[in-house]
Amino acid sequence: MKIERTKKAVGVGTWYAAALLLALVFAVPFLWMFLSALKPANEIFVNPPILISSHYSLANFGRVFQQAPFGRYLFNSFVVSAVVTVAGLIFHSMSGYALARLEFPGRNFLFIGILSTLMVPFYTILIPLAVIVRHLGWMNTYWALIIPAIPHAFGIFWLRQFFLGLPRDLEDAARIDGASRVGIFLFVALPLARPVLAALAVFFFLANWDAFLWPLIATSRPEMRVVQVGIQAYTGEHGNAWELIMAASLIAILPTLFLFFLLQRFIVASARMTGLKG
Amino acid sequence: MPTSPRANKPGSPPEKGAGLGSGAPAERARGPVRGPASIRTVDRDRREQALVAYLFLLPDVVGLLFFLALPMLLAVVIGFTNWNVVTAPQFIGLQNFIRMATDPLFAASLGRTLLYTVSFVPTVYLFSLGMAVLLTRRSRSNVIFRTIYFMPVAMSLLVAGVTWRFLLDPNAGLVNMLLGALHLPKLQWAGSVQTAMLSVLIPAIWKNVGYFMIILLAGIQDVPREYIEAALLDGASPLQVYRHVILPLLKPVSFFVVVILTIGALQTFDQIYVMTRGGPAYATHTLLIYIYEKAFKEWKLGYAAAMSVALFALIFILTLIQMRYFRADERRD
Repeated sequence: MKIERTKKAVGVGTWYAAALLLALVFAVPFLWMFLSALKPANEIFVNPPILISSHYSLANFGRVFQQAPFGRYLFNSFVVSAVVTVAGLIFHSMSGYALARLEFPGRNFLFIGILSTLMVPFYTILIPLAVIVRHLGWMNTYWALIIPAIPHAFGIFWLRQFFLGLPRDLEDAARIDGASRVGIFLFVALPLARPVLAALAVFFFLANWDAFLWPLIATSRPEMRVVQVGIQAYTGEHGNAWELIMAASLIAILPTLFLFFLLQRFIVASARMTGLKG
Repeated sequence: MPTSPRANKPGSPPEKGAGLGSGAPAERARGPVRGPASIRTVDRDRREQALVAYLFLLPDVVGLLFFLALPMLLAVVIGFTNWNVVTAPQFIGLQNFIRMATDPLFAASLGRTLLYTVSFVPTVYLFSLGMAVLLTRRSRSNVIFRTIYFMPVAMSLLVAGVTWRFLLDPNAGLVNMLLGALHLPKLQWAGSVQTAMLSVLIPAIWKNVGYFMIILLAGIQDVPREYIEAALLDGASPLQVYRHVILPLLKPVSFFVVVILTIGALQTFDQIYVMTRGGPAYATHTLLIYIYEKAFKEWKLGYAAAMSVALFALIFILTLIQMRYFRADERRD
């Protein structure tokens, strides 16, 4: 009996040690980023590392905005992510609803066509897309950053799956009351889709906020750079201003961290949504 | 793969809507037999449905055609030309693809891409599975651990790369200081040919395991409790329960995770770009880095497009192989 108990205690102890060690591996980079963002430049690379400093200040955050148009980068990222998310949700819920709930010639063909675009990898269309966007005269404009990012079969697919699962009686009842198809979509189906829309919104916003390769190619003027590309403004030939890079990185992840803690339920839901029901 | 049984349902309703007798419950509910009038209403309703559906689909379909289908087609077309922006493109047949076969840098980049992938996929899968197993029990401390493990997911791969470049700084980065304190040799990390690949793998693994842990955790928690309890009653150890009950049931989710990881690994770019730009001495020169350089630094659009089509073919074939392997495995069970 006693041996059993000790065995169990050792098991729990090992479990805790493993879980804590992992937690350190995941948390320390965040902590180090945070501390470094508060340090003056001459304390960044001191061995042994300085944990408690009397020189901690918010001065680096001010310099981040002075040395590069970082406010503009943030604004650009926000506008692009927000517009893509909202437009995407509107268009995808319309498409998803039509594919799930309306009958029309060519529905299966269209659905399969839309689904097959999921196989098109971004890097393959990168070059032609740059050519098209250049021809449209969209380089260094919001159009280039926003419009190509909106069409996305993933969102259409998930909203279609959701609308397929809605009980038909709800719509039939609304039809008896004389509601139009558009009315049913707007006032019956959409309000019920709120949880899926929220999960997709988080997913879209994060994906666009984190996008790097396309904004790198589609923009070259500093005032059109987004945050992910702009962080490199603090790297230079004569070395990197790490205290500024870390301060800028911290600002760059704040919106996502905020979304993450506020909407953890939806993020976990969107992760599950991506993974399950394959 | 993504179609659940439900997805087949839209095949059946058309008959329901088209047939007068069974369909249109709304019409029947509205009143007694009205004959021709109700046929007209059904007709109008069908026209309304089709009109609304086409209007609803218009923005997305136009967008997908113009910004996905057309570019995909163009990628293949450009891949058969020698377009370099300066001079007008000419069709050169398969020359770009022949050149790839003899281009040592292409071979090296392909090798780097595959090395990255075979290092990345199993590591992320095993770590996220281990973490999911560690946190299977629903308890308050597990929720806290889960939140911490998931935190890097909130970071973009680019910022993860930047942060790890800082942590792995060869002179006085935090990691080297820790190694020094433990009396271990300091490493050059991204600065040396031997450790550069490891250095670009670390942020990608660190950022991704939390995400796949959530997916696998959901899969584990969906295993019916009765199965586990029955196995435990039969005297199975917890380890045996994982090995023989949970893992087999987790196969569909695992397959999904491995496919997604492979597709992602074959097209990594962000953290490599910001940490090493493919160096030193091409140690981290993956295919996407090569494509980017050829297209947007040297403006060899034809050759770069051909390489991107080749990479697409590679990913397509790998996914098919994985699917076949998984199917065969499933049939055997």
